[in-house]
Amino acid sequence: MTQTPLVEFENLKVRFKGERTVHAINGLNLSLQPGEMLGLLGESGSGKSVTLKTLLRLLPPKRSELEGSVRVNGTDIMTLSGNALASYRGGDVSMVFQEPALALDPVYTIGDQIAETVMRHKGIGKTAAMDVALDMLTRVRIPSPERRLKNYPHELSGGMRQRAMIALALSCRPKLLLADEPTTALDATVQIQILLLLRELQKEFGMGVIFVTHDIGVAVEVSDKIAIMYAGNLVETGTTRDVIRNPQHPYTKGLLAANLHGVVKGERLDAIPGSPPALEEPPHCCSFAPRCAFAEDRCRSDLPPVTDLGGGHSVSCVLAASTTTA
Amino acid sequence: MSKTDATNSTSDRGGPRQPLIIAKNLKKHFPIRSGMLNRQTATVHAVDGISFDVKKGETLGIVGESGCGKSTTARLLIGLIELDDGSIIFDGDVLGSDIKLKELRRGVQMVFQDSYASLNPRMTILDSIAFGPKIHDHKDPASVARNLMERVGLDPERFAMRYPHELSGGQRQRVNIARALALSPRLVILDEAVSALDKSVEAQVLNLLSDLREELDLTYVFISHDLNVVRYISDRVLVMYLGEVVEVGPVEAVYKEQAHPYTASLFAAMPSMDPDNRTEEPPLAGDPPNPIDPPTGCRFHTRCRFSESVCSKVKPKLNVIADNPDHLAACHIKDVGSGHSLAAQEAGE
Repeated sequence: MTQTPLVEFENLKVRFKGERTVHAINGLNLSLQPGEMLGLLGESGSGKSVTLKTLLRLLPPKRSELEGSVRVNGTDIMTLSGNALASYRGGDVSMVFQEPALALDPVYTIGDQIAETVMRHKGIGKTAAMDVALDMLTRVRIPSPERRLKNYPHELSGGMRQRAMIALALSCRPKLLLADEPTTALDATVQIQILLLLRELQKEFGMGVIFVTHDIGVAVEVSDKIAIMYAGNLVETGTTRDVIRNPQHPYTKGLLAANLHGVVKGERLDAIPGSPPALEEPPHCCSFAPRCAFAEDRCRSDLPPVTDLGGGHSVSCVLAASTTTA
Repeated sequence: MSKTDATNSTSDRGGPRQPLIIAKNLKKHFPIRSGMLNRQTATVHAVDGISFDVKKGETLGIVGESGCGKSTTARLLIGLIELDDGSIIFDGDVLGSDIKLKELRRGVQMVFQDSYASLNPRMTILDSIAFGPKIHDHKDPASVARNLMERVGLDPERFAMRYPHELSGGQRQRVNIARALALSPRLVILDEAVSALDKSVEAQVLNLLSDLREELDLTYVFISHDLNVVRYISDRVLVMYLGEVVEVGPVEAVYKEQAHPYTASLFAAMPSMDPDNRTEEPPLAGDPPNPIDPPTGCRFHTRCRFSESVCSKVKPKLNVIADNPDHLAACHIKDVGSGHSLAAQEAGE
């Protein structure tokens, strides 16, 4: 692949200081090609949201310490400041949040909010910007978009608000869209509508998408690739098909079992024991070892090697390493 | 009612055939007040005439989208909010006339979704669990609490004196389960009790709930929006839409073939889990309507693709599906005499 990756994380480390130190991200390596849809999957505290916030430079500067590099389209985003940062945010990269009711401004109409973004980034007048806003509302399939332009966020239903949020995020045609659990707060029948909409718009606009979710089913529904995070690092990455059909990491297997898809009633669940680590120390061994049924001595003494299984499928586990070399 | 009766209210009286709890035509409307004079301007039809029973030892799953009245139903069952109409019959005793609320609460307990908000932040874990037995004049509430903590997998030595904020979400939910069990109830209502937990922890808690059910002979009402979880834990499932029951039946029958178009859409909306066979068409358009002003006739007719004129005019009754007397659905298509064009076809088949 000679193409410049759209996003490239190189050995990213994020630490939060304060009363107690939290090692939120511990040496993340991940890349995303233009036009690719990546599902970033993990439980609470695994570092998915911190990864997205790092990409938008939204972490509190005084309290967070970063190491490693993050490049978007070849530019090291850590060097951005002032106007360059402002046009990067919302222009090149934008984000859809979990709770649209909180992310949208309650005192401006939907049309004004979209138009403001467009005017700011594209430097066009209000009338032209309103046309863009109308076009965006049509594209996200909001019924009677002319009327909705003049609505305030509280006048829309949950699903409609999330559509408006997507319209806002896509109004400047970003190359990269970050979606942080965009359907978690929605009802099941609305969730599937939004997932399919995002899939379509991604194809239409050809943008790269990082879709953060804790729901493995949602990730399967939207993504080309899946990356699974645990305790601030990736445990397994690969095409959606490889990860779902042929999971290698014990944690991935546990997550798939915990989804209860096709489980027999009354059968005992194969639950992963224990709970995720507190991340007060940087990991010196496999973070999953204390909960892993296959843990060996070396899992508790050394960091697990990352094994490339081919076809972009890589796993960070000693078990996968030993099977490929054997 | 004498005192001896009250202490016996948790033992079986009606026999195995008497349903543990019968909900008859439950109705709960919430007024919305606004303006300077705080006059009632609208009504939320949260629960609108629903009836069901829960048999002894079974688990009844209740599913539906937000605003369909699942949680209101749960709160009505345990008497947290007052009924507008209808009655609750606990093992043959009518709430209000035969048994009092405090007696009902010995037999029915509840676990809520938000494990943190439902615990008193200023009470230690031990005190929280021992609170119920203390109120109900138990001799040694602390030892009850310690035993229960051990039972739900929390070491009393380590956790008894801790406060809720010192525990993880999974541990707090175990405390809530222990607290619900402290009065040896026969029915436990689990209102999205595992929904806020991470998937790996959720599986642990589900295993615990299955063990407890067997050991303590419990009956569960399990409310959830996750159809996979409901299928795993329930014997029967009840589907609600805008304050009404649209379908009820044995889990396997309903999961195999959904009789009501809404149930079918709800199942089709589940993510497919098959990367080669992803969902292509959303099964329903739009959001669920507002329960303030629910549609007339069949409440689902505004989103139903089989909707005909009869659907907007006449409220459908619950009909038996496919000769299975336990499987009922409220749809005109399943009612031969309804006048829906598809009903005749169904009958002809």
